[in-house]
Amino acid sequence: MTTESFERWRHDYDAVRLRRPDFATMSGIPLEPVYGPGDGEFPGVYPYTRGIHASMYRTRLWTMRMFAGFGTALDTNRRFRDIIAAGGTGLSTAFDMPTLLGLDSDDPMALGEVGRCGVAIDTLSDVRDLFDGIDLGSITTSMTINAPAAIMLALFVANAESTGVPRARLGGTLQNDILKEYQAQKEFVFPPRPSMRLVRDTITFTAAEMPRWNAVSVSGYHIREAGSTAVEELAFTLANGFAYLELGRDAGLPVDAVAPRLSFFFNAHIDFFEEIAKYRAARRIWARWLRGHYGATDERSWQLRFHTQTAGVSLTAQQPENNIARTAIEALAGVLGGTQSLHTNSMDEALALPTEKAARIALRTQQIIAHETNVAHVADPLGGSYFVEELTDEVERQAEEIFAQILDMGSGSMLEGCIAGVESNWFQRRIAESAYILERSFNRGERIVIGANGFTEGNDDADLELLSITNDDERRQVERLGRVRASRDDAVVRRALDELATQAADPEVNLMPALIHAARAEVSVGEMMKTLAGVFGRYTEVPVL
Amino acid sequence: MSVRVLVAKVGLDGHDRGVKVVARILRDAGMEVVYTGLFQTPESVATAAIQEDVDVVGLSMLSGAHLTLAPLVVAALRERGSAIPVVVGGIVPPSDVTALREAGVADVFGPGASAESIVASVAALAAETPQ
Repeated sequence: MTTESFERWRHDYDAVRLRRPDFATMSGIPLEPVYGPGDGEFPGVYPYTRGIHASMYRTRLWTMRMFAGFGTALDTNRRFRDIIAAGGTGLSTAFDMPTLLGLDSDDPMALGEVGRCGVAIDTLSDVRDLFDGIDLGSITTSMTINAPAAIMLALFVANAESTGVPRARLGGTLQNDILKEYQAQKEFVFPPRPSMRLVRDTITFTAAEMPRWNAVSVSGYHIREAGSTAVEELAFTLANGFAYLELGRDAGLPVDAVAPRLSFFFNAHIDFFEEIAKYRAARRIWARWLRGHYGATDERSWQLRFHTQTAGVSLTAQQPENNIARTAIEALAGVLGGTQSLHTNSMDEALALPTEKAARIALRTQQIIAHETNVAHVADPLGGSYFVEELTDEVERQAEEIFAQILDMGSGSMLEGCIAGVESNWFQRRIAESAYILERSFNRGERIVIGANGFTEGNDDADLELLSITNDDERRQVERLGRVRASRDDAVVRRALDELATQAADPEVNLMPALIHAARAEVSVGEMMKTLAGVFGRYTEVPVL
Repeated sequence: MSVRVLVAKVGLDGHDRGVKVVARILRDAGMEVVYTGLFQTPESVATAAIQEDVDVVGLSMLSGAHLTLAPLVVAALRERGSAIPVVVGGIVPPSDVTALREAGVADVFGPGASAESIVASVAALAAETPQ
């Protein structure tokens, strides 16, 4: 028996181009694009439990998007070129801590952190060097930045346009998920409401002018790394996604104008089947809520697209080579769960930023999954497993319980519920509690982590060679910034900042044009952030244990 | 009297999972724990440690700035005439441990350090601290 769902899938599958003429096992057994009863669910068809595309990886493999950034823009530019040369198909920019918090490299609070966890970006000159020689109109670029996200978007647009690529041609993603900063990652600057205004400004700006740009990458990754369970990661992240939808709706944008520019970012932890169930449940929940609760009619609004990164917290400093195996298992979960893009961590990341060799092995791990295992031949290969289907249903049921709690905190609004939950430390407490419970099970020996609390023979083997970043990078970056400051027209800088302050004071104004103007004038990230903080204030977390 | 510990995050590093978990582990072991919250300076940590009259200061550092910032915390305490020992936990490569110890850090807990080893070290340091 077949149904409308099957007919729709068949129609869509037959219409797309495939990346090879036939798909078979290594021994020559021909493979169907998807398996299951004719009256069951199909990929590319609502509610998308089995994937958002009819042909899934038969048309295109996931994007192997390796996160990179360290030192100065010149250093990271070289790494970007290596990634492209090695077959990477997207760029993902890691910024250093001062940049993530909107501080210039010469700020006293930046001491010791410049260029350490990512690349230091202070002005347009740095962005120009960062992407030098890379065609921004053809590659997609992801920028992992939140509190200063609007400023980084302004710098990116200003740089691309100065090299002749119009903003409408730029494809990429801004992380720009400030809610999870308060909940988990803790790189906030302004209080929640003015921060959400900046997010709103980027959503409405990109909706109007940048059709290939994802305004927000709603991120569960950091929530999970901070200690949440898989269900909390899923539920908090989707709730935040609903909150951004409501933010756009409140600014006058139809749900169908906002939803297709939200993408998601999930963790791939070590509990293999739970992770796969999480991704399947995520797609189904999003589809149901968008179509039902939010009344979206565009199918693209119903389709949850996501990036996956393997779990940094699952890596061990002991016998670090074992991390290659952990990462491979986690990456496989992401692929079997239908991810659109993937970053695999390097074996040495429990100790330092990765060396080039370790990063290459991590990329090779994805390529082995993609090209040797044949797992990408069949969509949702675990669909129909009694176990995986039950686990998917249970993860969805538990997530719905959390949504009800958040809606309750917001008197029916997810946006207000998420802000209230941040301000009352509700999210932060739940995450800390889950982290503690997991750590206790480790300390009691109920959870074994190879090399850490079990199977420790080999822990004393020779150390890996680690990447060492010297303070020279910090000194070089501070000098670069000094040269830019000396070469600018101070009156132009002053006027750009005054204009920014005036516009920031009116919550109805979209700040993107003023930020792009300031970016062109070589105004620094720190100067723009300080000006905005003068209007918005700064947020201080009340710490909870 | 129970052991008093100040746990702190210095600089821009927002990773607070470890500091919160370790704080609870120390509390479970019967210690009194004060947490500074995020984004502290070496000076603010030293001042808080002296005001709170703690036996040990624990720094949680996961961003790679430990070699710059941990010695500054030790120095800030000593400048204020305090002998309170400082320990560091977090993402610290083994090759950095010697440098931290030479800068006056009393103990270092890398990734995967057990709860018992942290509790035992803090308790031993507290017992040595002149009252």
